Amino acid sequence: MDGHQNHQNQADDSWEVAGHRFRSRLVVGTGRYKSLEETAAAIEASGAEMVTVAVRRVNLADRNAPMLQDFVSPQRYTYLPNTAGCHTAQEAVRTLRLAREAGGWNLVKLEVLGPPPFLYPDMPATFEAAQALIRDGFQVMVYCADDPLAAKRLEEMGCVAVMPLGAPIGSGLGLTNPFMLRSIIEQARVPVLVDAGIGTASEAAQAMELGCHAVLLNSAIAHAKDPVRMARAMKAAVEAGRHAHLAGRMPRNYAADASSPLAGMIR
Amino acid sequence: MADSIEITINGETRFIQRDATVADLLGTLSLDVRKVAVERNLEIVPRSAYAATHLAAGDTLEIVHFIGGG
Repeated sequence: MDGHQNHQNQADDSWEVAGHRFRSRLVVGTGRYKSLEETAAAIEASGAEMVTVAVRRVNLADRNAPMLQDFVSPQRYTYLPNTAGCHTAQEAVRTLRLAREAGGWNLVKLEVLGPPPFLYPDMPATFEAAQALIRDGFQVMVYCADDPLAAKRLEEMGCVAVMPLGAPIGSGLGLTNPFMLRSIIEQARVPVLVDAGIGTASEAAQAMELGCHAVLLNSAIAHAKDPVRMARAMKAAVEAGRHAHLAGRMPRNYAADASSPLAGMIR
Repeated sequence: MADSIEITINGETRFIQRDATVADLLGTLSLDVRKVAVERNLEIVPRSAYAATHLAAGDTLEIVHFIGGG
């Protein structure tokens, strides 16, 4: 590959999930912001093209309350409806059927959670829901345990992306088990996104360096002191991590190897 | 209240006009049909069927929309 071709390939480093093509490898949540104005500004700064959204009852008491769509346009951003708060397969399937009717598309994020305090993915319930959704024509991006066997099984069932956690949702602990994430990435034939746990920019970069297709995060931006600035940091970190992954890091050595030549030293 | 029936919307009891359709109800509630989805007695009501779906006493409806979430 000559230098010019290499440069061109870097410019077109997009990724695809279920026929949807994205240039940004950062997927962001739209929850936990102080206001819808702040949500819109942070998402704009993140450069994300896909955003997760929740499905909830309309507030009948205040029907003129501003709606997310008025601030984060579904024409501009691909909405990825989630099943946050669902603890059974039935709840998750019911929620996403409503989401499909509200939005008119099939690409969804499935998450079936265990109890607090960890909200760890409930994998038996996740398998059950994934099977029902796939049978019903959904394209399922699935939040899952950092378990290579579970991730492989979800892929074989027909999930369009697997999304293992870096750490519990909203914990900001970063990647607690990089080896397992790497194992999942190495085996996968569908996109792998690290979803949940990322707390700051270096952790997003680390996820990309491991070879993920993209990262999904929400609290790391929304709960930063300056969310818009953190959104910018995450955008840069994901790009940096992706470049580093493609560039191929140098090997780790357990001894020094001087960078400057010894030839020509003054005597 | 012969002309009205009792239904449950998002967990709240409401009285609506007898023979009202889902489209009528959304109009009364001033909800933008393009931004919501409706479930009636655990079955999705497709948007195309709002005008033809008449509500009955005792119906349980869920009307949802997208909000911020991670």
